[in-house]
Amino acid sequence: MKPFEQLVTEHGAMVLRVCRAVLGPDEAEDAWSETFLAALKAYPELSEAANTEAWLVTIAHRKAIDVTRKRARNPLPMEELPERPSADPQETDQDLWDAVKALPDRQREAIAYHYLAGLPYREVAAITGSTPEAVRRAASDGIKNLRRAYLVPATASVAPVPVPVGSVPASTSISVPKGEAR
Amino acid sequence: MSTVEPESSALLAPLRDVDPAALLALQTRLAAAAAEAGLLDLSYTTLDTPIGTLLLAATDQGLVRVAFDREIHDAVLEQLADKISPRILHSAARLEAAVRQMDEYFAGRRRVFELPLDWRLAKGFRREVLAHLPEIAYGQTESYAQVAAAAGNPKAVRAVGTACGTNPLPVVVPCHRVVRSDGSFGGYLGGTEAKQILLTLEAAA
Repeated sequence: MKPFEQLVTEHGAMVLRVCRAVLGPDEAEDAWSETFLAALKAYPELSEAANTEAWLVTIAHRKAIDVTRKRARNPLPMEELPERPSADPQETDQDLWDAVKALPDRQREAIAYHYLAGLPYREVAAITGSTPEAVRRAASDGIKNLRRAYLVPATASVAPVPVPVGSVPASTSISVPKGEAR
Repeated sequence: MSTVEPESSALLAPLRDVDPAALLALQTRLAAAAAEAGLLDLSYTTLDTPIGTLLLAATDQGLVRVAFDREIHDAVLEQLADKISPRILHSAARLEAAVRQMDEYFAGRRRVFELPLDWRLAKGFRREVLAHLPEIAYGQTESYAQVAAAAGNPKAVRAVGTACGTNPLPVVVPCHRVVRSDGSFGGYLGGTEAKQILLTLEAAA
């Protein structure tokens, strides 16, 4: 069996990308830690034939649901929202993070697990309790929504938008509801 | 789909950007949390020495393995995963004393290692042989036959050779102080050159 350290080295960045996309940068690090701690605990029982990446994403998915539930029970007061230092490279991509956050859960998960973790639609469907076809659609819709929300000013000719550019702030132009039922 | 894939990859590029320093900090934090939760069965670190880079691994009982470069560290870690537990993380936390004493030893400032040792990788007569080795004083040597007699079985000269050749804790448990009766070095898991460096170091200090 591989030493667990090897899993952390090989997949640590992928799991962090997934946690950030699903939960946002602020809660991603705690979710990453909890994911790998839970994985470490269960690791000796993992089948040698198992797909390690899918296994880690499955655990990360469950941890993200825990965090989301906890968040719903104890919403942070506005003034306590964590500040991000200005040197943070994520600052420049704040619009993209806002757009990802505004996606319906299914679309955000499909993007995280398919595009960022590299799992096939079939694996993503098994993790989220969906079908490969629905995941494919959610991933595609998610990309469309992101492009609409985030890339509007720069690529208006590529992706025509029904609203005049500038009349609505880009990050709030998505009309889909937040918190789609899982 | 074919038009979506390349565009989506550019679109998502900022989401892929991971700061290596942040990841390293997370790994350090994971090792601490794992130890706290009793889930860190083995921690390891590496140390540059005059006889090459040594791998040091510890359980909660103590130092369990010292491995030479030529043993291939990745292979040693896989053996440890199979023999002890795959719950292995790179962390110096449990190995600070071992690293410090190794540094002192190679600087000629330490003659005796004072470390908790986990002997689980040495069994039976081999372990009896190894347990005797720290009694050979720093800078001294004994022959395989002398060690066999000291371990209670004067005829087991070959078994002493095997015990030294499979010593899980070389340097700390000084199998390098066991030499041939004719005074030549004899074999060494870390290579004859490493054995020579260690004996020369001890003779000079």
